[in-house]
Amino acid sequence: MKDRDTWFLGGKEFHSRFILGSGKYSMELIRAAVEQAGAEIITLAVRRTNTKQSENILDHIPEHVTLLPNTSGARTAEEAVRIARMARELGCGNFVKVEIMKDSKYLLPDNQETVRATRMLVGEGFVVLPYMYPDLYTARALVDAGAAAVMPLASPIGSNKGLATKEFIQIILDEIDLPVIVDAGIGRPSQACEAMEMGAAAIMANTAIATAGDIPAMAGAFRQAIEAGRAACLSGLGRVLERGAAASDPLTGFLRD
Amino acid sequence: MMQNQFLVDSAGLNEKALERKHRLEQDASSRTSHMEYMEGMERISSDILEKVTEAMTGYDYERYTTADVKRALSHDTCSVEDFKALLSPAAQPCLEEMAQRAKRETSRHFGNTVYLFTPLYIANYCENYCVYCGFNCYNDIVRRKLSTEEMEREMKVIADSGIEEILLLTGESRHMSDVHYIGEACKLARTYFRNVGLEIYPVNSEDYRYLHACGADYVTVFQETYDSERYETLHLQGRKRVYPYRFEAQERAILGGMRGVGFSALLGLADFRKDALASALHVYYLQRKYPYVEYSLSCPRLRPIINNDGIRPLDVHETQLCQVLCAYRIFLPYVGITVSSREQKHFRDGIIKIAATKVSAGVSTGIGDHESKYNGEEKGDAGDEQFEIADPRSFAAMYQDIADEGLQPVVNDYVYV
Repeated sequence: MKDRDTWFLGGKEFHSRFILGSGKYSMELIRAAVEQAGAEIITLAVRRTNTKQSENILDHIPEHVTLLPNTSGARTAEEAVRIARMARELGCGNFVKVEIMKDSKYLLPDNQETVRATRMLVGEGFVVLPYMYPDLYTARALVDAGAAAVMPLASPIGSNKGLATKEFIQIILDEIDLPVIVDAGIGRPSQACEAMEMGAAAIMANTAIATAGDIPAMAGAFRQAIEAGRAACLSGLGRVLERGAAASDPLTGFLRD
Repeated sequence: MMQNQFLVDSAGLNEKALERKHRLEQDASSRTSHMEYMEGMERISSDILEKVTEAMTGYDYERYTTADVKRALSHDTCSVEDFKALLSPAAQPCLEEMAQRAKRETSRHFGNTVYLFTPLYIANYCENYCVYCGFNCYNDIVRRKLSTEEMEREMKVIADSGIEEILLLTGESRHMSDVHYIGEACKLARTYFRNVGLEIYPVNSEDYRYLHACGADYVTVFQETYDSERYETLHLQGRKRVYPYRFEAQERAILGGMRGVGFSALLGLADFRKDALASALHVYYLQRKYPYVEYSLSCPRLRPIINNDGIRPLDVHETQLCQVLCAYRIFLPYVGITVSSREQKHFRDGIIKIAATKVSAGVSTGIGDHESKYNGEEKGDAGDEQFEIADPRSFAAMYQDIADEGLQPVVNDYVYV
């Protein structure tokens, strides 16, 4: 079953459900992290690749991995489009993760601008994965705009606080037919596992791995957790009782006809 | 309390100049009002100055106790009141705990990255008399202004060393280094570097807009001290004397379209705890008004200058500086914190593991001497330096040292859009 459990983005098939971030840690570790994570997609900030240095991040990413450049630094849809075009020129391919933040403190995405940018970028032939605040209306608008997936945040980026927006992500999982990639704020493998159990298509994590004591080992731990969560989701979770025990005599036993 | 002896006479000044200098120093009535805008200075509608001044004036750091500090450290988010406790003398025994917390915040927001940049002074002419500054108009130093060709040579040498972010600086002379001259420097810098910042005299928002169009995206202005009465006694002449115009520089830069703005007090000029409070609140209130802007703080301490090697940061020792930086980081986890070559190697190596996110390397505060400093080519006509640096490490050495600490040196994390 596992071999057949693949998913698609922009017509491309993926086996791994772990999207790895590449920021915030040393480049020598990227290769090891990718291997341990079993990742097939890695995000990278265009602004970090915008360098003349020999330590260009692109040189450290294995060739079989699909690059997912992000538009961090963009404050408007137009800026996101410009950054996406730069990514294409840099040879990063057609995938783009739209990140538009107008708040330097919390780095929360601006949903309205994100919908606009998605529409514009889809029009230019990009495979667009928008990072969003988990709002159902926005998710629907992103579907209409032609997004390849939606990427709702679990909690504020970098906070490692886990699924603070769990209820709202569940609504998106229930109502949106695109792959839902839970992004930002996932601090532990157990949280990644939980999101996968809920039905997420994939998990994106960066800070949790970048700030771990042993980066490749933590990447491996996330991989296992994501695989476990996925397997649980496919198996059909057993009954979990929210409160107390179930009554042995049915409450509706009095009904006669 | 010990005081710096800032006032130094120079043999190079004629009698009339000396007389004027002494009058400015000794007779407050000979000085213009430091709160009145001069001709041509833009006035914007803003309540930030009022808010910062009110908070600073009411700050009595002696009333905080260790219990207040512990309580502050136990909170998930740091309130203004918590920040005041962290800056107080009562927090000093908790410095290690503060450093641990600061490290967590830094790592959460910036991971293991440390950004590198270098300053390039393109002119040191100055029309201000700021008594502690090596560039002040009464200080007898070699004055220089780089021509376009000289600038290009300097930029090429710096870019060849691997640096991709440059901070262009001038002395404060609108005549010798006018906005157009700085704009041309920005255009040139954009061809050699990915990221161009400015640390020049404050200008009006339309000038910032022009400089942004020329390629600059970050503006740093040091308020020096937020104690306006003290400010008046240190900045005796020139446009810099106008306290509110300087205070509002970052806001005008934002209105002019700049992506990021930097702030600082020069620690050691006045009560450093109050200045640290005001610097951070200046950021805090502006961030609430302009949330999309990137903010950064620096923390320079006073340094010796040419013709006055006795200038010291007084009561701001490394311990106090570290406390201020930890408090900044805990209160404003998202801001960039720059530690310049005014500090020594051991301090910079330590603080990048706790709170700082950006350091300079390959630094010269003189004019036109990178070629000689980087390549050993002797040139006799360089302009004199603004202050003595304390960490002369080259870009390559700094890069390696950061990597050796297990951190990730980053030369660029920016696109001009």
